[in-house]
Amino acid sequence: MNVSTQPLPVVTEPRHAPPNYLNDGYSVRSWLLTLDHKRIAILYMISITLFFFIGGAAAVLFRVHLLTPTGALFDPGTYNKLFTIHGVVMVFFFLIPSIPAVMGNFLVPLMIGAKDLAFPRLNLASWYVYMAGGTLTGYAAIAGGIDTGWTFYTPYSTMFSNTNVIAAATGVFITGFSSILTGLNFIATIHKMRAPGLTWFRLPLFIWAMYATSVIMVLGTPVLAMTVSLLGIERIFHVGIFDPALGGDPLLFQHLFWFYSHPAVYIMILPSMGVVSEIIPCFARKRPFGYKFIAMASVAIAMLGFFVWGHHMFVSGQSMYGGVVFSFLSFFVAIPSAVKVFNWTATLHKGSISLQTPMLYALGFIGLFTFGGLTGLFLACLGVDIHVTGTYFIVAHFHYIMVGGAVMGYLGAIHFWWPKMTGRVYSEFWGRISAAIIFVGFNLTFFPQFILGYLGMPRRYYAYPPEFQVLNVMSTAGASILGLGFLLPLIYLLWSLKYGKRAGPNYWKATGLEWTTQSPPETENFETTPEVVSEPYAYEFMELGNAD
Amino acid sequence: MGILLAAGHFQLFPDQASLFANDVDGLFFFLLTITAFFSILIAGLIVFFSVKYRRSVSPVRPPPPEKMWLELTWTILPLCICMVIFVWGARVFALAFHPPADALDIYVVGKQWMWKVQHPQGRREINELHIPAGRPVRLIMTSQDVIHDFFVPAFRVKQDVLPGRYTSEWFQATEPGEYHLFCAQYCGLSHADMIGTAVVMEPSKYAAWLAESPSGKSMTETGEALYRQFGCNACHGTKAPSLAGLFDSNVVLQNGQTVRADESYLRESILAPRAKIVSGYQTIMPTYKGQMSEEQLAQIIEYIKSLRAFREPEPEKKQ
Amino acid sequence: MQTEHTDILEVQFEDVEQQRSTSALGMWIFLCTEIMFFGGLFLAYCEYRHLHPESFAAASSRLDWMLGSINTAILLTSSLTAALAVRAATLRSAGTMRFFLGATIVLGVAFLTIKGFEYHTDYQEGLIPGASFTYSASQPAVQPREVEMFFMLYFIMTGVHAFHMIVGIVAFFILISKSLRNTLTVQTVENTGLYWHFVDVLWIFLFPLLYLVGHH
Repeated sequence: MNVSTQPLPVVTEPRHAPPNYLNDGYSVRSWLLTLDHKRIAILYMISITLFFFIGGAAAVLFRVHLLTPTGALFDPGTYNKLFTIHGVVMVFFFLIPSIPAVMGNFLVPLMIGAKDLAFPRLNLASWYVYMAGGTLTGYAAIAGGIDTGWTFYTPYSTMFSNTNVIAAATGVFITGFSSILTGLNFIATIHKMRAPGLTWFRLPLFIWAMYATSVIMVLGTPVLAMTVSLLGIERIFHVGIFDPALGGDPLLFQHLFWFYSHPAVYIMILPSMGVVSEIIPCFARKRPFGYKFIAMASVAIAMLGFFVWGHHMFVSGQSMYGGVVFSFLSFFVAIPSAVKVFNWTATLHKGSISLQTPMLYALGFIGLFTFGGLTGLFLACLGVDIHVTGTYFIVAHFHYIMVGGAVMGYLGAIHFWWPKMTGRVYSEFWGRISAAIIFVGFNLTFFPQFILGYLGMPRRYYAYPPEFQVLNVMSTAGASILGLGFLLPLIYLLWSLKYGKRAGPNYWKATGLEWTTQSPPETENFETTPEVVSEPYAYEFMELGNAD
Repeated sequence: MGILLAAGHFQLFPDQASLFANDVDGLFFFLLTITAFFSILIAGLIVFFSVKYRRSVSPVRPPPPEKMWLELTWTILPLCICMVIFVWGARVFALAFHPPADALDIYVVGKQWMWKVQHPQGRREINELHIPAGRPVRLIMTSQDVIHDFFVPAFRVKQDVLPGRYTSEWFQATEPGEYHLFCAQYCGLSHADMIGTAVVMEPSKYAAWLAESPSGKSMTETGEALYRQFGCNACHGTKAPSLAGLFDSNVVLQNGQTVRADESYLRESILAPRAKIVSGYQTIMPTYKGQMSEEQLAQIIEYIKSLRAFREPEPEKKQ
Repeated sequence: MQTEHTDILEVQFEDVEQQRSTSALGMWIFLCTEIMFFGGLFLAYCEYRHLHPESFAAASSRLDWMLGSINTAILLTSSLTAALAVRAATLRSAGTMRFFLGATIVLGVAFLTIKGFEYHTDYQEGLIPGASFTYSASQPAVQPREVEMFFMLYFIMTGVHAFHMIVGIVAFFILISKSLRNTLTVQTVENTGLYWHFVDVLWIFLFPLLYLVGHH
């Protein structure tokens, strides 16, 4: 395929990097007690990568198990623990923190012209809280495991499961505070510490996305904290908050759980959308079409997302009228996402497009998120949901959004801001190859699951009727390719840290205050506070020319 | 494990074996069309723009002005499409909540990790559900432990089965055959083994199958015996409300509320009698919680359902 | 007492005013998270009270509403002393501020003491949920299991509230200590006062819901 790009700039490599946040102290103490938002972002990046591969390993294991209908690899108990830990780790320890804790922490102060976040100590605390929760949950996984599913439905989790429910629930409880602290920090920072001239509608769309995400983190996560606390109390004291045998209501658990967990999915996707809103204009050399609409759509998604949780409960025993109301509202939350997709696509129109790795991820996001989001309409639709809820259709839907959407967004962000964060350039060849492998592997893994779901294969099954085997084998084949695809960036990105060309301040010739600093930035970001006098994304005025 | 399915062949689309399946599939294909249209549109535009406006042939241009009409169009048009989907979906959903009055009631008890089915004529089965084709069937379900879900893909219907209460689903099977029955709510270790078969039979064959029942007694008959065994007839009809014609009527409670006497009301009245006290009566009924199995409870309920307005229970005959 | 000119400016802020207003915003956001945290408990309470009104009324009558009322008065007064402490801080009267902080602490401890006494009485009467719960219903509409549910919610809600009070009291001690070492800023006192008011408002909701069910 012939894709033309600007020739990569010739850079005369300095022998040593200038003073920057990475070489500002090499001791372990200077990292573990840092107050620098950029270093905290790196700490998060390392831990999140670790959890991603742990969660991914669990998935590879049970996908291999599912190659045969009777699943001879693991016994049922182990299988149940594998899918549970996959869900718990991926949701709470990878997806929720990923972009906010890594890219948000790194970029929010830089993008608004600030020297750090509002509360640097709380920021460091959030990483330690995250690690504490992760350690406890990791312990729960290793010392016996947990088999309730990441949804912890009662009364199974409170009265029947013999696994480390309390430890895992406590781990999730603790980690939730990491989310709350991060969100609190971002909201205060974005409100109060914007550079002079940086009005709300001059903010980068990534900041709008971070703001909306933070609102959800701050308002939703405490409800999860209370829910898992009540879960633990019931399990210890057997009082019957959720157990019908003791006079409780299992649906109360579901309402409380989903009240957080639905907005949580918007925590997982809004940041990726913010990333896409940065990448597309840069690689199309064009302002985002409908900037205000994209910004407002982020806020709308955050708000509407709090009113639709009952669409996870259409067949739960919830009343018919409850179902109707939740279905109605769920269609409304789909619209702002559609508005974004149309605006991104319109941004490409009459642009000047170049398909480097970040752009491949961003475009892949739009395609896969659109398809995955449309399958969400099937689920908001009451009549179809009765049939497909609890099946692989749901699994396929949310993986299209979470992997095809959120993970692609995360990888796009890592590649886009890699030169800024590390001062190095990765191999564009390997970047594109990996993106292609991931795209193919991903679709092969999850598209067959839509078919399996409509056929009726329930989720969380360690064995299945033989006629479902062909589709399962396709899915596992895809998962192997996908796994390989994810390993490649790990390799070539790490390689670039030592052997990659050094990058200048603005490798991609992008707009945004972060690109006015050196790469990697100095510890204090800006020597003097910048003043913003122009509209954002003024790509038509940027010279492409030869880069730094 | 139940009957081995005769046909376990590879399919891309599930069999349609109920009236409801038709409604659901129609809606599904509508959604599929919309999905295909917009996915292909967006993917196509992305590819098309990426090629047509590639950097080597397309220079950087001043940005176009904002087009409010375009923004409004692509906000309102999808919203309208979504509203159509919503209304259509809600109507199909409402169908699932309103079984016909002449539906055949079958009781299901889910427990880790099996399905126990009880037919009103008395025949019982495990992990299988025999039903006649062409007749609406309503399942009255409860769980003995955790939440399960009774799912027959060929019927396109499922419902969570909860401990401590009844939930219900209904369908009208159309095609004789054997269809997968799955538990579709994770319930612990052997969740994937809590499967079985829905066997749809010609009505005549179904009648013959029922007649093979080992015990020979219907649920109503067994229920009547239990009704006396548990001493219900000692109060009901005198100190307690008469149960004749009670089922499906409206009951006025002490607190002024009116409730419908459905299976859930009957179940609650037996297990937690003080929850709803009938207006004009004392709260002297003891609870029978823990004293009878779910199957016995269902049998008594079937008996009470059988008591039409003009049939009083026979007074206890002195031996 | 720190003066306007000697507030220590953290490196990420442009000026002291920005630092202060950001700090205040941070506390407000935190209080929003606290409202959401308690929200789940209030939802559970609402559901079970709706389902079992008689049992909840009967259970509530086992709480001592007189002690609850005294505690409410104590906590309201402590909010007053906290507000007066903030005022003193604004007026740079360190000694007065410390006095009112101390008064707030004393009132807070008094509240917790009475609460502890109530808990102890509940324990003696066998009202702690769990294995040792004993309750015999006088009316048929009242179910021991439902009364136990009320007490479960009561202990969780007042327990979490008490925990928040302890955190607040510790915070006030820290404020006094910082004031004596001259490292205290007005904003910190304001933020802590705000937190204390929230804890008070929470109690204003808890008191009638828990103590006054069925009372007219």
